[in-house]
Formats: sequence, C-alpha cells, structure tokens
Amino acid sequence: MLKALQLEPEKCTGCLQCEMACSYENEGVFNPSKSRIKVFNFHDEGRFAPYTCSQCSEAWCLHACPVEAIVINPMTGAKDVLEDVCVGCKVCTIACPFGTVNYNADSGKVIKCDLCGGDPACATACPTGAITYVDAEHTGLARMKAHASQTIPKN
Amino acid sequence: MAWTGQILRVNLTAGTCVAEPLNREWAALYLGQRGLATKYLAAEIDPKIDALSPANKLIMATGPLTGTMASTGGRYSVITKSPLTGAIACSNSGGFIGNEIKMAGWDMIIFEGKSPKPVYLYLENEKAELHDASHLWGKSAWDTDHHLHNEYQDPLLRIACVGRSAEQGCLYAGVINDLHRAAGRSGVGTVMASKNLKAVAVRGTKGVGNVRDMKAFMQATNAAKAVLSGNPVTGEGLPKLGTQVLMNVINEVGAMPTRNMREVQFEGSNRISAEAMLVPRESDGKPNLVTNAACFGCTIACGRISTIDPKHYTIVNRPQYMGANGGLEYEAAWALGSDTGVDDLDALTFANFICNEDGFDPISFGSTVAAAMELYEIGAITLATTGGIEMKFGSAEALTKAAELVAKGEGFGRDLGLGSKRLCEKYGHPDLSMTVKGQEFPAYDPRGIQGMGLAYATSNRGACHLRGYTVSSEILGVPVKTDPLTTDGKPELVKAFQDATAAVDSSGLCVFTTFAWTLEDIAPQVDAACVGGWTPEKMLEMGERIWNLERKFNIDAGLTAADDTLPKRLLKDAAKTGPAKGKVNELHKMLPHYYEIRGWTADGVPTPDTLNRLSV
Repeated sequence: MLKALQLEPEKCTGCLQCEMACSYENEGVFNPSKSRIKVFNFHDEGRFAPYTCSQCSEAWCLHACPVEAIVINPMTGAKDVLEDVCVGCKVCTIACPFGTVNYNADSGKVIKCDLCGGDPACATACPTGAITYVDAEHTGLARMKAHASQTIPKN
Repeated sequence: MAWTGQILRVNLTAGTCVAEPLNREWAALYLGQRGLATKYLAAEIDPKIDALSPANKLIMATGPLTGTMASTGGRYSVITKSPLTGAIACSNSGGFIGNEIKMAGWDMIIFEGKSPKPVYLYLENEKAELHDASHLWGKSAWDTDHHLHNEYQDPLLRIACVGRSAEQGCLYAGVINDLHRAAGRSGVGTVMASKNLKAVAVRGTKGVGNVRDMKAFMQATNAAKAVLSGNPVTGEGLPKLGTQVLMNVINEVGAMPTRNMREVQFEGSNRISAEAMLVPRESDGKPNLVTNAACFGCTIACGRISTIDPKHYTIVNRPQYMGANGGLEYEAAWALGSDTGVDDLDALTFANFICNEDGFDPISFGSTVAAAMELYEIGAITLATTGGIEMKFGSAEALTKAAELVAKGEGFGRDLGLGSKRLCEKYGHPDLSMTVKGQEFPAYDPRGIQGMGLAYATSNRGACHLRGYTVSSEILGVPVKTDPLTTDGKPELVKAFQDATAAVDSSGLCVFTTFAWTLEDIAPQVDAACVGGWTPEKMLEMGERIWNLERKFNIDAGLTAADDTLPKRLLKDAAKTGPAKGKVNELHKMLPHYYEIRGWTADGVPTPDTLNRLSV
C-alpha cells in the first residue's frame, strides 16, 4: 500500500514540533531553518498551515533534473534526492510548482521531503494529528466523513 | 551541554557587541534563564541603583532546553532591576524569540549602559550589530515589528521590542515579542526603553544540537509529552479554553477579586469567561475565539487568537484592530474585567489588543484602572483629574479610553502609567492600592485561597501568581488537594512551589506544564540535555538557591520584612460572599513559620548558614 502525508491545517497550532523533528531526523539538530516541512502562520486570519512535498506521481523536479539526482524510492514512492549526484543547480526548485524543493546553502545541494524512508518524523511528532501518514488513496477520507455526517437527516 | 556556551554583551553606551564564554561554574549552580541571569545581574550591578539609570543592566536569557524538542521549550526571560518595585524583575515569555536567540548561538544577551540615541540590535547568528532606531522610536510594538519585517524582507525574523508606553515611562511596560507574547510584568520594558533600546531582531539558523545524550533526551521528552496530552488540564482544558478555563472555577470558590478587590465574586464572570469566547455573536455569527495557538515547541497550545465584534464601538472604522490577534488570557480577562467591573467581552479584548500593541502589562494596567475607579468613586479624583473620563466601575468606555491613553502616555494615562501604588499615594489614599512591593495583584483573592496570601507577600517580584502557584494544590488538587481556607501546612506548600517554579523557570520550559508535570518529569529532560546529574532533588535545591539569591538581591536593594505584607483590605475586610465569606487572609499565622523553614531570621534575612548551605 502506498502511503502519503495527510495535512489537516485546521488542526495545526503552529508549535513547529514537525520542523524540529524533520531537522533532527535529517540534520541531527533541532533547526527549523533546515526543515523540509514548513508551518506558515497566517496571523491576521488566525490560521496555521503545515506544508511540504506531496510527492507528485509525475514529478516536475525529477524530470527537470539534468543529472538524474532525483529518483523514485520504490518502497515509499517518495522522490528522493541523491545527495552525491546532485550538483546544486537548483533547476528542480524552479520546476516545482509548489516550492517544496529547496536549496541548502550549507551543503550546496537541494533538500526535499523523502518521507523519512517510510516513517515520517513530522507525523510522529505532531501533537494534534494535523500531520498523519495514511493510505495515499485515503487522504481525503476524514474530510469526506465530516461532510458526510451533515447529509444525514437530523432527528 | 545544551548551553551554547556563548553570551553576548552589548554595551549600549559604547555601541559595542562582544561575545564572551558562558560562566560554566555558575551554569552548574543556576542552570539557565531565571537563575543564571539573576546570578549575572546580582554579580554585576549594585542592587541599590536607580532601575532606570544606565547603571542598571537588562538580560535576555534562554534556558538549556530552549530551542529543543522538549514540549514548551521556547521560553526566555528578561531579568533586570524593576522600576515598579525596586526589587528583582524576571519576566518570562514564550512565542518564538527565545528559541531564535538560542539558534543564533547565544545563551543570553546582556545589555548594559545607555545608548545616546535610539537603537535596535540585529542578531543573525554570530553577526551582532546595533542599528539606528530613530525611525522606530515613537512607534507601537506592532508598527515596529511590521517595519522591521519590511526592512529585512525576512518573514522568519523574530522580533522583541517595546511600544510607546515604555518610551513614555509607564512603569509596567513589558517587552513584546511576536506581536502578542510578552515578558510582561514588573516594567522590564520600561528599563529597555530607558536604555534607548527599541528592539531586538533575531535570525538564528544554527539550530540546537549539542544535547548531552540525544537518545535519552528524545525518550524523556516523548514520555513527558505523553503526560501532558493525557492530563485533563494540559491535554483538554488549556487547548480548548485557554487559561480562561479558570474564570468560572475561581469565581465559584469565591476567590475572584472584583472592583479593586472589594468583593470576591463577579456577577459578570460568565460574560467574559472562556465559554463566552466560544459563543457566536449576532453581528457576524463568529465567536470571539478564532483558534488556539502554540508557542514554540508547545504541545499544549493554550494561546488564544481572537477577533473583536466588527460592530463594536472600539473598532468601527479602525481596520488595524479588525484582524485576528492575541486574545484574552485569564489574567488579562480578570484584571481588565472583573477588577474594573466591566463585563463587555469585546471591550476587554480591545483593551488587551492595546496592551499588546503598545507593550504594557494588562494585570498592572487593569488593577491600576480599578484603583482609579475607586478613587473616582470616593471623590479623590474628579473629571478634572481624568481629563473628562467618567472612571466608573463597570464602564467599558472608561477602560478602553484609559488603555489608549496609557499606550501613548497622554493625559490621565500618565497617572495611570505610574501603577496603582504611586497613583493612590499621589491622590492621598495609599490603602486603596492593591499591591505588594508596588506590584499589582493577579487574579486570585488570598482571602479565599490562604496560601496565595503568603505567596504574594513573599514573592520576590511583588504580587504575582507565577512565583508560587499554590492555587494548583488549594483549588485544583495538583499534586495534592489542600484546603484553601486554612493556613495549616501553607508555609511548607508555598516554599515547595516557589522553589520548584524557580527551577522550571531556569530550564527553558513553561511553568504551565506543571499542571501535569512535577520535577520528576522535568529533571530527566534536563538531565538528558545537560551535564551535571540533574535529579529532581538537585533541581529543587537549585530552586531554593535561586530563591535565596533573589531574596538577597532584594534585601541588598533595601527591602525588608516590612515589605512582606498585604494591603489592609485583604487582612482586615472579610470576604462578603462565597465559600470564603467572613474570612480575611491570615498572613500572620503563616509568615513567621515560613521564615523559619526558609532558614531566615525572624526579620526575613537569609542566615549565613542558609546561604552557605545553598552555595549562594
């Protein structure tokens, strides 16, 4: 079964535990500036939104890469960056329509979400269930259920 | 480890920023944040100096767990000598500035001297620069934040700054960070402004990684997070209702100070409570509360994000107040509401916005307005004094007008900015000031919660609930239930809470975790992060050390046992209603024994033996 990150912004409190978990998993330090997942604070509206790579099936980043440094992980379906192949040209960061591939100036390579090899640390760390790792075909199920409940006539 | 080992010393007189190594010996004794910065302050300034003179210093300090994945690990404190109380000031704030300072590579920043002209500190990792802030002077905290974000075009820049109230000398101005988190009490913002320091803008991209034993740390922090999420207060009450969950509880036990603490129950409490914040209003069908929000790393998320009724008189044609912003916490709702007799939720929310916008403490402000209302009622001040404001208990218009005047330091706002003690002295009725050591009370009446009377009287920063929150035990039964109406065992209880809180405040964690956590949950997290063998016993002993160091600072500053008291109203006028009806606070039954178990003389002075035992 292919799994995917399910993001439910309405549950997010903006605590950044996901960013710390991500940076710790990937860089060994607590450092939101190196996180592959980002939480955005729409302050005037009182809304928060976690956002990261959704692992497109036809991945723009993968097709754009001139050195084939972005490959599909057969176990997770994630588009992984091969760090020793990446030349840091950043073409993938232009190709990605969502901005979720980013350049890391410290390493000179790009970084993006790789689903932590199938056990995403952000989902484990999220205290409110705003980030979960579920069957890729079911990412809309919770919302469908919530709306479905409204279709039942009230007694 | 977990410390960065670097502190930044900013000499505002000379305009220099110099890195120096952290004093490891002191860190081993005082851990970080509140304790460690107090040690630095006590070692570097004469406690007798004028708090607003260049000789005072101001320290922004993180704890070893600040910037880590420990739940609530984003706290920082501002430590200085208070202009409001003349005692030690230590104000704690969440939001996202503490973690940013830490991730830029600094355990603390010490500001000394006074800049000849307004400046702000720009800190980007090891780069530390003072920049001209003349274009920011005279601007609110919100405008300053907006301006700096625009200037740097960096949405992730974190900013702590003072508003206009601090510049104008309001004695209870705070340091605002992230628009509506505040190191709010005791006038730490007033000290910052007195140094011509407008803001600190920080970008830290180095992260925090030097944890002593990362595996043990993740284990300890995960276990502790599970305790928070499984606890009814931290797992349900606080996220859903915020600290405002307390409003109806405290009113029912008859410990809700009302109308300048004349009464102990407020008839309008259910109109300004957490529950009231959830009721959709008529005008737009939306409730006051938009969402809850977390500070950095916090898995509780008690913060309130609110909007004001678009039809409310306070914001008509004022778009800057129409968006969502920091909403009412219990303390603000109580001080702005119950203590002034105002039950208009939108007026309270507006006054709270103004407190954030221009950076002043809603507790001290609300209590001072309450005192002014009583002075007005007895004719000690008149319309001529107030500039035409009818300062009547229950008047929302008086409250919101007063907030706007204090924000800008205009008219009667200058009197109100003095705080309740100086205001009541100025107009000839010092007994009407509800303060200890010059600082206004928070939201728990000590006639209905006896232990809090002792906690207030002996608090090192003046009346305060965050120095020894025996409400936990006396009302909520955490960790064990005690009878709020008796004084039995309260000296021991107060001491235990004071010491434990001082330890928590030195770690980088939030004291609200202690609704669920004890030092048994906290020590393993600190120990996994730091060298030094941090057991719960060692944490508690450190807390006692910090308490005595603060006490010694205050005594050296000129305070005495005579300052360990409560206003006459709380000692002589019995509660009129509720479970505490007929009770006064029986401080005299608790204080001598408290001094004794503290190892202090009958005059409240730590003995040499006590100071030696604790290596103060």
